[in-house]
Amino acid sequence: MSSSQNYWKANVSILIKCLIVWFVCSYLFGIILVDQLNQVTIGGYKLGFWFAQQGSIYVFLALIFYYVKRMNRLDREFDVDEQ
Amino acid sequence: MDLTTITYIIVGITFALYIGIAIAARAGSTSEFYVAGKGVNPVLNGMATAADWMSAASFISMAGLIAFKGYDASVYLMGWTGGYVLLALLLAPYLRKFGKFTVPEFIGDRFYSKTARIIAVICLIVASITYVIGQMKGVGVAFSRFLDVSYDTGLIVGMLIVFFYAVLGGMKGITYTQIAQYCVLIFAYTVPAVFISLQITGNPLPQLGLGGSVADGTSLLGKLDSVLVDLGFAEYTVQKGTSLNMVALTLSLMIGTAGLPHVIVRFFTVPKVKDARSSAGWALVFIAILYTTAPAVGAMSFFNLINTIQPGEIGKPDTNLVYEERPECFKKWETTGLLQFEDKNGDGRIQYYNDKNESFATKAEEYGWKGNEMTKIDRDIMVLANPEIAQLPNWVVALVVAGGLAAALSTAAGLLMAISSAVSHDLMKGVFTPNISEKKELLAARVSMAVAIGVAGYLGMNPPGFAAQVVALAFGLAASSIFPALMMGIFNKRMNSQGAIVGMVVGLMSTVVYIFVFKGWFFIPGTNNLPNTPDNWLAGIQPEAFGAVGALLNFAAAWLVSNVTAPPPQHIQSLVENIRVPR
Repeated sequence: MSSSQNYWKANVSILIKCLIVWFVCSYLFGIILVDQLNQVTIGGYKLGFWFAQQGSIYVFLALIFYYVKRMNRLDREFDVDEQ
Repeated sequence: MDLTTITYIIVGITFALYIGIAIAARAGSTSEFYVAGKGVNPVLNGMATAADWMSAASFISMAGLIAFKGYDASVYLMGWTGGYVLLALLLAPYLRKFGKFTVPEFIGDRFYSKTARIIAVICLIVASITYVIGQMKGVGVAFSRFLDVSYDTGLIVGMLIVFFYAVLGGMKGITYTQIAQYCVLIFAYTVPAVFISLQITGNPLPQLGLGGSVADGTSLLGKLDSVLVDLGFAEYTVQKGTSLNMVALTLSLMIGTAGLPHVIVRFFTVPKVKDARSSAGWALVFIAILYTTAPAVGAMSFFNLINTIQPGEIGKPDTNLVYEERPECFKKWETTGLLQFEDKNGDGRIQYYNDKNESFATKAEEYGWKGNEMTKIDRDIMVLANPEIAQLPNWVVALVVAGGLAAALSTAAGLLMAISSAVSHDLMKGVFTPNISEKKELLAARVSMAVAIGVAGYLGMNPPGFAAQVVALAFGLAASSIFPALMMGIFNKRMNSQGAIVGMVVGLMSTVVYIFVFKGWFFIPGTNNLPNTPDNWLAGIQPEAFGAVGALLNFAAAWLVSNVTAPPPQHIQSLVENIRVPR
């Protein structure tokens, strides 16, 4: 398999991991499991409510910057980074 | 100095700033006009994207929406931020690598089809026009409410300002004004929020204040929950809608955000592929500052409102606000018609409660209440009246006006840019007059920008009755047609023009028909086939949330058709391989 195919495979697998986190922090914690998580209170917030109105947004931010960093490294590993 | 004078001064300063930037950032080539010469710093582009994305609705209406819907409004918070994850991971870097000027251009080239390009142009224009009407209305309303001029005059002033920097500077002018507009709007949003958070919870950070406690030591959210229940409403922090509908709505808003052309095209303006990735992150940083503040503003101003109307124990005869002793700002907002009271039980006091809750009716009768007496409250008040309720000085009120105008103008300019480049670059250069010279194309781009501003202004002055409903249509179109086409164009090398075209048409038609069935054909009242109520919806999914289903149908149809037709030609497959790597 060519190096560009390997690069793409590695990229897609990073993507999928990130999208799982994306799904869990918003849809799962913020909506589907909200009632269960609301039993827990942290810092004055019910946890499910916090994920829906604050936490998911913070996780989104962390995710994008993680992906940027990870991809910059991957680009260098496969020698496809821009000069 | 009185409020109007201060507002004139502050709004005047911001407008002078925008015009100054326009003169400094004129566009000399089509590349500068369409994509700012691809030379925008990724952090600054993030700022411009944030201003581009956050509309008059985000600035003025969202906190009020959260206040009255509580937890259920979380769909907007997650939906309008989570889309940036999809943009950064799935679209922006690859479209930047493609390296041309517009979104329909990518669809046309990737699917080697003018038909596909024209379908994308139609989606883009319908989505953008419907969106821009709301911004124009926002400009007119801000002027007429705070600057003592008529709605139409205000709208014309706004049009002239946009005309000046958009026609002269194209994307380059728009980018640098959007950066300035972001600074104005975020300052105007956070200053009152910090003060109101300090007043209510003692914590200067609204994001922490929302989880903080109020004067009597109980938590703000807990207090809101219990007071609302005592007044016959549902708890603030508890889910009221069904999970399936909320998931579908959030997903529609996310992929709709990622599919809106005026947002995507902002990532064409950065120098490199890795800048496109990080720029989406920076955009979300700047958006998150407002989006994590909004739920605090919503909850705190709502708490303030209820406390003002119901200062004492619920159900006692003398614990409600005496109408004659109501605060000054109530009187002011009553004259604008955004706030109305009616003393139904004739006790000279105001009661606010849920009179539609039948199990609460006996209690209300016991209390001697004869119906909810705050008969009208416009949600926008929650942001607009915030500085007055928090008793902040007049310059803060004026700042909020300038911030609302900045939010509306920056979004309008971005949308107009998308419309005009679709006309001059995709329709004229791409389809009808391919041999046009660069100089002529630049002129055509400026003329179509001017025409687009004229059309938007006209529609702002004569808004079609359905203006409020069509935002659902804009997101539905972007989610069900543009996003899937872009994603398959990048991630499925086997996807061919037949598959993409059938997919877009299926996604588009299913979403539009579903919306029309419940909201009336072309939004004409009375032409809906089914009443727009949850028991008629398919699996309980509301029309606004159907974009996600439309997108799924798009993916499925495209996959089926592409598998029974010939694969795309070799040079297209090489194009896909090329956009997948940064170098």
